[in-house]
Amino acid sequence: MMIAELGHYALVLALALALVQACVPMIGARKDDPVLMAVAGPTAVAQFCFVAIAFAALTMCYVRSDFSVVNVFENSHSAKPLIYKLSGVWGNHEGSMLLWVLILSVFGALVALFGANLPARLKANVLAVQSSIAVAFILFILVTSNPFLRIPDAPLEGRDLNPILQDPGLAIHPPLLYVGYVGLSISFSFAIAALIDRRIDAAWARWVRPWTLLAWMFLTLGIAMGSYWAYYTLGWGGWWFWDPVENASFMPWLAATALLHSALVMEKRDALKVWTILLAILAFSLSLIGTFLVRSGVLTSVHAFATDPTRGVFILAILLLFIGGSLALFALRAPLLKQGGLFAPISREGALVLNNLFLVSACATVFIGTLYPLVLEALTGEKISVGAPFFNATFAPLFVPLLIAMPFGPLLAWKRGDLLGVAQRLVGAAGIAAIAVAVIFAMEGGGPLLVPFAIGLALYVMAGALTEILERTGLLKVPLATAFARGRGLPRSAWGATFAHFGLGITLLGVIGETQWSLERIAELKPGQSISIRRYDLHFDGVTTRQGPNYRELAAHFTVRRHGDLVGVMEPAKRSFPSRGTATTETALMTRGVSQLYLSLGDPNPDGSLAVRLYYKPLVLLIWFGAVVMVIGGALSLSDRRLRVGAPKPARSKAALSPAE
Amino acid sequence: MTRRQRRFSLIGAALGVLALAVALVLSALKDSIVFFNSPTEVVEKHVKPGTRIRIGGLVKEGSVSRGEGLAVRFEVTDGKGTVSVAYQGLLPDLFREGQGVVAEGALDSAGTFRADSVLAKHDETYMPKDVADALKKQGHWKDEKKLGAAPGGSTQ
Repeated sequence: MMIAELGHYALVLALALALVQACVPMIGARKDDPVLMAVAGPTAVAQFCFVAIAFAALTMCYVRSDFSVVNVFENSHSAKPLIYKLSGVWGNHEGSMLLWVLILSVFGALVALFGANLPARLKANVLAVQSSIAVAFILFILVTSNPFLRIPDAPLEGRDLNPILQDPGLAIHPPLLYVGYVGLSISFSFAIAALIDRRIDAAWARWVRPWTLLAWMFLTLGIAMGSYWAYYTLGWGGWWFWDPVENASFMPWLAATALLHSALVMEKRDALKVWTILLAILAFSLSLIGTFLVRSGVLTSVHAFATDPTRGVFILAILLLFIGGSLALFALRAPLLKQGGLFAPISREGALVLNNLFLVSACATVFIGTLYPLVLEALTGEKISVGAPFFNATFAPLFVPLLIAMPFGPLLAWKRGDLLGVAQRLVGAAGIAAIAVAVIFAMEGGGPLLVPFAIGLALYVMAGALTEILERTGLLKVPLATAFARGRGLPRSAWGATFAHFGLGITLLGVIGETQWSLERIAELKPGQSISIRRYDLHFDGVTTRQGPNYRELAAHFTVRRHGDLVGVMEPAKRSFPSRGTATTETALMTRGVSQLYLSLGDPNPDGSLAVRLYYKPLVLLIWFGAVVMVIGGALSLSDRRLRVGAPKPARSKAALSPAE
Repeated sequence: MTRRQRRFSLIGAALGVLALAVALVLSALKDSIVFFNSPTEVVEKHVKPGTRIRIGGLVKEGSVSRGEGLAVRFEVTDGKGTVSVAYQGLLPDLFREGQGVVAEGALDSAGTFRADSVLAKHDETYMPKDVADALKKQGHWKDEKKLGAAPGGSTQ
């Protein structure tokens, strides 16, 4: 029964270790003392072990349903399935902060274990900076959000996890997102270490890129997973709400995407150093701001934040310290960094700069839209909501030029590119897009021009992404076997870029299909009645009640026919959770190709009829499928030999390096 | 191109994109923002019919009445002012009399709020009284005195 105390104790020890790790190696790096610098590695691993013990202890309390622990009592229930007992660990404020710190220490330990080829000073500084973040957040947990607090008279039963969170999608969504979020801390630590050490070169970018890529992949997956979860749980078919919580993860994603591209320039051409460092700082700062938004309670109500400000003020202090401190250091040291390689405006570098400009501006509009209502309410008390219309009017126009320019980037040469030549090579892609525009315009029979052009843009992005690979393998021109051999010979990072860009096109196609062609029917049905949508007829057979492990369920049974042929059944349901006195709607989904039928229930009426909401969502699955393709692209790029080899051999000629992607 | 010209073209592009972003943000802030009002404010401020606003408060006990199809009428109150709301569609799971609610839409000329979306605000941090007392004794309890929702993560 001492498990909670053990966890608490382990966390305190982790704090002590983190303090040592934050100070000693940095002093060592300053004095050039290899013994002091070598402290960093083992303490990073030990810190991870103790945080892991603390996390395991909390998990154990959940598995055993130890309701004498406040956190378990508030968020768990003995009848809950094991998977939700586990996900309950991070389904609440205290536990999720512990997960945050766990992932932070995992990344520190990974750098310690796999950073053997890093220069000693850089490694010592990186781990020290990483650990200073850990100090701040472990302190935050211990002082304001201790998950190990006990209740003297233990209750017999817990209050259960919010039913809407009892879902497999949400069980794994936060860990994925946190790996992405917190993973950006490594890029941040590298940037600060470089500023402290006043040394930064192409090799630095080569070390940073795999970590950023890893964080970016998880962030992408986490956002996609969260979006799919919202889509099928919330019962009205939306997959992105421009909600501050979503924006909190989307802003770091945009910054990390920009960072990946600028680090590429730095790695290949030794240019954009100052900018890359700044982006690394900004990306993690946005993660911290996201943590603040989600974890301080400021979003729910500025007023609530003002009445119980301990946590919010603590995170705000951490924010100011790290963001302010790093930007101040940046302002001091950045002018000392040497300028790198030159390039003409029309070049691969130029295209990547353009990419960065648009991504960062788009990120800034999301930032303003997310924070403006909070600031306004704090200053004037006026409450406003900035929703989808704002973001559609600002984000979309900034993303369109980015998408148009995207296929040009990989086709342009480094240093000085030939815009006209590249445009000619993209004629095929543009042709495909033009045909699509014409076909869809004809199919729609006029109507708004936006839809055909948007679809055309998505196809152009996809075809444009494939152009480079097609040219380099000579597919369609040389025999298949030759093309295949050439394809295998291409660097994995080239394939990675193609997949990532192609995936973005797929997502775009899904977004357009869903937003423009979605159909909705709302009706009240009695058993025996039917509802139809786009060639599908749904016959309402009746309702049944069932008993789940910790809920009661009212399920409606529908038979789906298409042109009279039986396609399948759909069973949307309402679940009520007695332990919380709340209900959830379980949507029924039927996948047809990449489109879906979506059926959710409203309340039953006294006269026996049932309100239902039915959607036909064309191409909707492409939204998340595209994200998966992007992640595959990231994985391919990550597996590229050149990233694993680590330190590049310095004196190879630039010319030999440049043709490779 | 000299180094200086290159740098200028870079800065020019940056400023161009920045100006575009600023212009977009400003125009969107003017057109697409929705103000939030309590029922009292709706009455006192004389919000013009047709202006999109959000209102929030508690669903008044005994005020929910369902009409033909999926039409619903209910009253939103903050204890002082009351606004009657008409809505057509499915209500969210957590919608209940006596609970918090947020509705978005506009007033019609008769003073009824025509909502096109209804969101439930629900205090999910309900706690049995004796446990709450036990926590208070231990000093782990901070009072949450307000209408509507408690922040998901900041109880005890």
